[in-house]
Amino acid sequence: MTSSARIRNFSIIAHIDHGKSTLADRLLERTGAVTEREMRDQLLDTMDLERERGITIKANSVRLPYRGADGTDYVLNLIDTPGHVDFSYEVSRSLEACEGALLLVDASQGIEAQTLANAYLAIEEGLEIIPVINKIDLPAADPDRVAEELIGVLGGDLDDVIQVSAKTGDGIDDLLEAIIERLPAPEGDAHAPLRALVFDSYYDTYRGVVCYVRVVDGDLRKGDGVEFMATGSRAEADEIGVSSPAPTPVAHMGPGEVGYLITGIKEIDLIRVGDTVTATAQPAPAPLAGYQEPKPMVFSGMFPTEGDDFERLREALEKLRLNDSSLVYQAETSRALGFGFRCGFLGLLHMEIVRERLEREYDLDLVATAPSVEYRANLTDGTTIAVRSPQDLPAVANLASIEEPYVKVMIITPSEYVGTVMELVQAKRAITGDMTYLTPERVELHYEMPLAEIVFDFFDQLKSRTRGYASLDYEPGSYRVSDLVRVDLLLNSLSVDAFSSIVHKDKAYRYGRAMVERLRELIPRQLFDVPVQAAVGSRIIARETIKAKRKDVLAKCYGGDITRKRKLLERQKEGKRRMKMVGQVEVPQEAFISALRIDDA
Amino acid sequence: MADASLPPPPDSPELADAAGMLRSAYVHIPFCRRRCPYCDFAVVTPDEGGTPYTVTRYVQAVIAEIGMERPWGPLDAVNFGGGTPSSLPPSALAAILDALKRRFGVAPDAEISIEANPEDWDGEYAEAVRSIGFTRVSLGVQSFDPKVLIALGRLHSPELAVSAVRRSQAIGFESVSVDLIYGTPDETLESWEQTVATTLGLGPDHVSAYSLTVELGTELSRRVRAGDPAPDPDDQADKYLHFAEAAADAGLIRYEVSNWARPGHVCRYNLSTWAQGEYLAFGLGAHGHRDGVRRRNVRRLDVYLDRVARAERPEAGADRIEGWAAEQERLLLGLRRAGGAVAGPAGDALLRSDEGARFSDAGLIAVESGRIRVLDPLLTDEVVRAVLALPPH
Repeated sequence: MTSSARIRNFSIIAHIDHGKSTLADRLLERTGAVTEREMRDQLLDTMDLERERGITIKANSVRLPYRGADGTDYVLNLIDTPGHVDFSYEVSRSLEACEGALLLVDASQGIEAQTLANAYLAIEEGLEIIPVINKIDLPAADPDRVAEELIGVLGGDLDDVIQVSAKTGDGIDDLLEAIIERLPAPEGDAHAPLRALVFDSYYDTYRGVVCYVRVVDGDLRKGDGVEFMATGSRAEADEIGVSSPAPTPVAHMGPGEVGYLITGIKEIDLIRVGDTVTATAQPAPAPLAGYQEPKPMVFSGMFPTEGDDFERLREALEKLRLNDSSLVYQAETSRALGFGFRCGFLGLLHMEIVRERLEREYDLDLVATAPSVEYRANLTDGTTIAVRSPQDLPAVANLASIEEPYVKVMIITPSEYVGTVMELVQAKRAITGDMTYLTPERVELHYEMPLAEIVFDFFDQLKSRTRGYASLDYEPGSYRVSDLVRVDLLLNSLSVDAFSSIVHKDKAYRYGRAMVERLRELIPRQLFDVPVQAAVGSRIIARETIKAKRKDVLAKCYGGDITRKRKLLERQKEGKRRMKMVGQVEVPQEAFISALRIDDA
Repeated sequence: MADASLPPPPDSPELADAAGMLRSAYVHIPFCRRRCPYCDFAVVTPDEGGTPYTVTRYVQAVIAEIGMERPWGPLDAVNFGGGTPSSLPPSALAAILDALKRRFGVAPDAEISIEANPEDWDGEYAEAVRSIGFTRVSLGVQSFDPKVLIALGRLHSPELAVSAVRRSQAIGFESVSVDLIYGTPDETLESWEQTVATTLGLGPDHVSAYSLTVELGTELSRRVRAGDPAPDPDDQADKYLHFAEAAADAGLIRYEVSNWARPGHVCRYNLSTWAQGEYLAFGLGAHGHRDGVRRRNVRRLDVYLDRVARAERPEAGADRIEGWAAEQERLLLGLRRAGGAVAGPAGDALLRSDEGARFSDAGLIAVESGRIRVLDPLLTDEVVRAVLALPPH
């Protein structure tokens, strides 16, 4: 056990690409936690997907032994945080486990919205911030400008900003000294009942759920009975240990210490991020504050393209959920797409990651419906129901009103794009804006916006209208009543459930028109005219017609052609096999996929 | 009641089915002055080695290849296709025809047909070809609109085409056929109507009218990929229907998707191929069908000449067609004919399938006296794909 006075717990807050993983690697190397030979790039990011995307999905922690310039031995616990807006709750729990944070910013780019949002979060949690400018070795580096921006945001003195190159190792020693000098040591009562914060967990096939904990008060001992206070689940502390970075068992952990806990519990649901671990022998009177149930924000139907794969999809989702309690799903049937699941995600990135893992790791071919949010339908009889799928929206006659989730959005943009960003957010139904100049060149804008607009295509539009310079962050806000309608798409007078969408009344016509035009392009001509209609209730708001096919015959088929022409027709026939029948209309799988892609709507 | 002395109508089912018993031979003459942008046949231009010397060697090789085929016959139909058969001197055509006669025999009333380009078809040449024994000529007219001819890369003028047709009739070819191509992106409906009127005004015995098709690997395909307009299927459908109507008014009867004839003037060689008949094939890239095997020759001239020189058959590959695949093939070929095909096991399976029911309901197919016919020839492949999708019976 290490005396808490010699412990420093900290996170690194950084934007994607600003060099967090490289800096972590350098700290591991410099403190000797990992020998150079063991070093591989981005050691902390373990999943393949994380490596490829250069982002961290699951938090992780590592213990760095460090002898300071004063000759004292310290333990530095680097607690990794997910770097994306979808996981802001997880970020807040990781930050809660720390006393300080390094705010890492690329010397050539400056601060981004997500980084700033997380920095504000850290300040709110009472963390001490060390501003760090990375990549000072780059020719485009402008550390002085970026330092001014940082001080403008955080306050403090220019001398507080540490300049490093994680790549070359420049400035790393200064940084390590700043960590022990400027970050406070953890405080906690070693004699109080045990309270340890669960800030991450994962499922291991052999060990069951492994959780990462930060001891706040008391003493966590191997073999003790423990209780997870939010879920009430009890077990024995089979093993406790620290990551250095290989798992190293220890006998106990006192206040301020960070490590892992294995209890033999197999269900990830029983151990949740943000929960408090206490000892059953002497339970704490109250848990640590801040625990929240995981709450899905974005929903999408996932359907296997091959109907036979439904069971495989179920098994794959079950396996993913072992490691990801924020993923929720329930079986759903679509007339157009068959059997599948309505899945709930923390956000768009989370959705994309799950989908990609299903396709890659489980070799599934999926059609995903357009993402939607959770609406609240207030019925005329006074009750309220949650609507996660457009199909679940009750008939207009029974609806008193519909509420939709709003989020608080923060956008940072170069000031030259303020006009265009304001135009965009207004088009996306933003309300109550305000803005702050971070520097004369960079502006921070705040709005409340419907989450549905963000999941639609907001991020892509923001990027394209600001040449990629603007950045975005959002956090959950409140529900507000909106004038919403469900737009249905009818093919040959038959509603295709997979294409239904809940949209704002003012946008229904444009949405309907865009969809019918797109479907007319995507669906091949049939033997008869096929009307494609968009409808709100029984009112048709847009219509196109897929004209009947008139010519489908090879001009020539002679003695010399027979085998070749047959093969050509066989290939065409194979294409036909991948069609889904919607009533009498053959719809190619690709039409579903393309029509449901939101990015180019 | 049909008069027994009159020839049967071109779309007669009996005629179509009986054609399966005919014995025929195809000879491929690959040489062309230039390659037309839409053509994907085995073709050799002068630039690609089609020199007079090579032509002579090629003719000798074809004759040698004829000598390699097991005896058969006598032949009921012989077809010289290309390429451009009319690019050969009459003596060369005669030498090949003579080799066929010696090896297999040729029936006295046989159809002996040649494809010819109008620019080759001067009086002297046409008469020489007729005197050798050719009974039928199929003229590559394509269009009577000079702009369309240029777009198609053809070398003749409309006037030359008119005189080629008249000359063939005057010389006394038993059947004179005109080949047309419609639906070139530049061709207006008026242009096509004019071409049709001119064609039918010449009173041909037979017309083959093809929609311009973008075949992979052709110059046309490259141009379309580069952004040139592709043929429009609706425009082609309009033009097809216009031709069908005008041809019927002129007494031509459609007997296959793209072929019309007066009674007594169907192309027997082609009719036989659509009835799964057997035919020998000689020359570059030629395809034959004998004893249930479909075989194809190599498509490269040097390889062809080399193989034959070493007394080897210049075969590139062969497929035995049997069982359900042969049954599907019988039906898919038969459905291209106006007279349709005996339903048989594949037809019965089609009619029992959901697709078959859909086609019947939509009036796309009809069943009469045990035969299935496609009523809208423009949608034939819709039915054919359903035939190919039928599970083995």
